[in-house]
Amino acid sequence: MTSEPIISIRGLRKTYHAGEVDVHALRGVDLDVQSGEFLSIVGPSGSGKSTLFHIVGGLTPPTSGTIHMAGRDLLGMSDAERTELRKSTVGFVFQKYNLLPTLTARGNIEIARDIAHKDGPLPPQFLDILKLLGIEARLDHKPRALSGGEQQRVAIARAIVNQPAILLADEPTGNLDTENSNAVLALLRDLNTRLGQTILMITHNPEAASFGHRIVRMRDGHIE
Amino acid sequence: MTNQLVFENLKHRPVRTLIGVVVIGIQVTLILTLVGLKEGTLSDQAARARGVGADLMVRPPSSSVVSMSGGMDARVATRIDQQAHVKISTGVLQQGTDLFNYVTGLDLPQFDKLSGGFHFLAGGPFQHPDDVMIDEFYAKQHNYHVGDTVMLLNRPWHVSGIYQSGMLTRVVVPLRTLQDLTANTGMVSMIYVKLDDPGETDQVISTLRGVLKEYRIYSMEEFTSLYSVSNIPLLNGFIWVVIGLGMIVGFLAVLLSMYTAVLERTREIGVLKALGASPGYILNILLREAALIAIAGAIFGILLSYVTRLVIHNLVPANLIQAIVPAWWPIAAAIAVAGALLGALGPGLKAARQDAIEALAYD
Repeated sequence: MTSEPIISIRGLRKTYHAGEVDVHALRGVDLDVQSGEFLSIVGPSGSGKSTLFHIVGGLTPPTSGTIHMAGRDLLGMSDAERTELRKSTVGFVFQKYNLLPTLTARGNIEIARDIAHKDGPLPPQFLDILKLLGIEARLDHKPRALSGGEQQRVAIARAIVNQPAILLADEPTGNLDTENSNAVLALLRDLNTRLGQTILMITHNPEAASFGHRIVRMRDGHIE
Repeated sequence: MTNQLVFENLKHRPVRTLIGVVVIGIQVTLILTLVGLKEGTLSDQAARARGVGADLMVRPPSSSVVSMSGGMDARVATRIDQQAHVKISTGVLQQGTDLFNYVTGLDLPQFDKLSGGFHFLAGGPFQHPDDVMIDEFYAKQHNYHVGDTVMLLNRPWHVSGIYQSGMLTRVVVPLRTLQDLTANTGMVSMIYVKLDDPGETDQVISTLRGVLKEYRIYSMEEFTSLYSVSNIPLLNGFIWVVIGLGMIVGFLAVLLSMYTAVLERTREIGVLKALGASPGYILNILLREAALIAIAGAIFGILLSYVTRLVIHNLVPANLIQAIVPAWWPIAAAIAVAGALLGALGPGLKAARQDAIEALAYD
């Protein structure tokens, strides 16, 4: 791990306006994440971890504070710049897999490359990662023909195909049984170890959180 | 990859895609059928005018190309016959029987001399004042045979012969009978003129214009060239109204289809946004889907226009002739694609502007 954090967050606040009510989802979050770190973020519902996930992923702008990610300041970013950030710097893994149902596993991975303007078939070195994920034989199947564990592994492949600096995983085992959960978590740790992939994982599950190098706990919009 | 996603999306909802294709296909067929009817009917009329074999024709001062109204004294033919190079002339009287058809009254021996005569498929020339000759399409449409009685102009006629189409109107009767029946005794609608040398047509027309001031005198070439939609402004307007209506239908069909698609795919749109897809990328996908539906609809519509031609030819061959007009294929397709793109634009922009977080939370 390097001393220069890949994510540096100071005094991060996010306020949503729900009708006439202001909802303070984040109330001053400070957090550093080192490159190559596997960080687990745990906390109860409403603690602000999903909001933090969305801000780090460039899905929504912060209200105030500073957030630097891979050398870029997210606070003043326009929508287009945050779109570019999602394309080039972060990869998402969701609880519900969120594969496109009309495409095969291969199509789901290739669409991420297409969005990033990378043409052609999957690069040969990525085939090794597909083997590591254990889905190289399932690439021509559509999501409905894949098990939950396989779908989540395809989603992981899709998230890292463009070699993002940071992989964001939101409850990646939330829809999986214990066996598949352990397999997916082991894979995430393997990717982190072998490729040095920085991973931020949100989870309710303490057992899942323990797969990370470090666990931070959130409550009421703060990091404890 | 985008094309694959577009194609798979369309395949994923085959019924919705099919409905879109069929609606746009009907829109395209509507345009092509209408244009085909216009072209077919006008060119058929022009061909039948040419089929007479005359070199020029004289029409009353008040007449127009498409209107048979107005009459002139049949004795004008005598003055025409006196001109140099005029071999023979014959006057005919035309009277509308319904929206689509006219009956022609003619002096058969004189007309035969000018035209070379009718080619009969059954029966022969009229022998009696109440005889009628009909062409093959009129006979087919109404299932008439030689010897049958035909009701025309509120009186019965006896079918003496069925002739090969390609000359005059679809129904011909003795000139004198039609003149008396329509209170046009001694009158004709037009006079066909045959010259001894067709090369002298312009010269004879020039001479006749001096003799028959105010009468309309056309070479057959000029007359048949006037059978165009530009001479029937009402028809032209009607065609554009139908095209406009067709475009609205296509627009609404695609609008509804794409609106449903966007709603159904809200979460997928959120996923694409999370992957870094720009609003333009998402809009592009939906516009490509609409364009593909429109192109498939256009191809279907073109094929369907052959079916409508077949149906029209079998059901009403005497009334309507539908031509296949390939020149209008790209125009009809472009109209369909434009309508579809406009229809997809609203839902597409809605999708493109969708908030990624809300979209990802959509169930």
